[in-house]
Amino acid sequence: MSDKKLAIIATKGTLDWAYPPLILASTAAALGYETQIFFTFYGLQILKKNLNLKVTPLGNPGMPMPGNISIPVLMQAMPGMQALVTSMMKSKMQGKGIADLAELRALCVEAEVKMIACQMTVDLFEFKRSELLDSCEYGGAATFFEFAGESDINLFM
Amino acid sequence: MADFDQELDASGLNCPLPILRAKKSLAPMDAGQVLHIISTDPGSVKDFEAFCKQTGNELLDSKDDGGKFYFLIKKS
Repeated sequence: MSDKKLAIIATKGTLDWAYPPLILASTAAALGYETQIFFTFYGLQILKKNLNLKVTPLGNPGMPMPGNISIPVLMQAMPGMQALVTSMMKSKMQGKGIADLAELRALCVEAEVKMIACQMTVDLFEFKRSELLDSCEYGGAATFFEFAGESDINLFM
Repeated sequence: MADFDQELDASGLNCPLPILRAKKSLAPMDAGQVLHIISTDPGSVKDFEAFCKQTGNELLDSKDDGGKFYFLIKKS
């Protein structure tokens, strides 16, 4: 059971896209998988100690709006729209008993999901190690492949 | 429903929290002990089946009571 391995690459840093890697990693860990997530580019936002992720309807025509109203693209770009939609999404999630991101991430850490921050993008965005989770490790593509090469499942998100 | 040793009320929680809480509840239990789980997440019916299949724990019972779901899991 515990010899199965899951490797995930997380590349997105929006509120909605932070969920899939954390949900799958925490669940896999509960099922006995040894799990590793490699965070690169915008995915690094998920490792920030101070999690403050947003979601926007701009450029996302698939995002359902309350009452199925359609918001013209130009309106979606209005100041405050992103904050509004983000708070709507958060309260909707809370109402449905969906885990808070920080809680889900803590569950991953507790379940010994190994979190690796891509050193190259950490340098690119000039993030300080003190801004990211203390438990995360740092590495590059070769580090990812060391684990991914022997994994049963590899996911890119 | 049969006897159980521990109970977990996962009402109101959504995927994957019922599974994660169940895993946590099972951890300190002894082999052969039974965990009773209450959930309101319709997805948990299939998920607990899959959880048991993959972890080797035995799903003794799964009951749908119109919006509430009850599971009995025997720790392997």
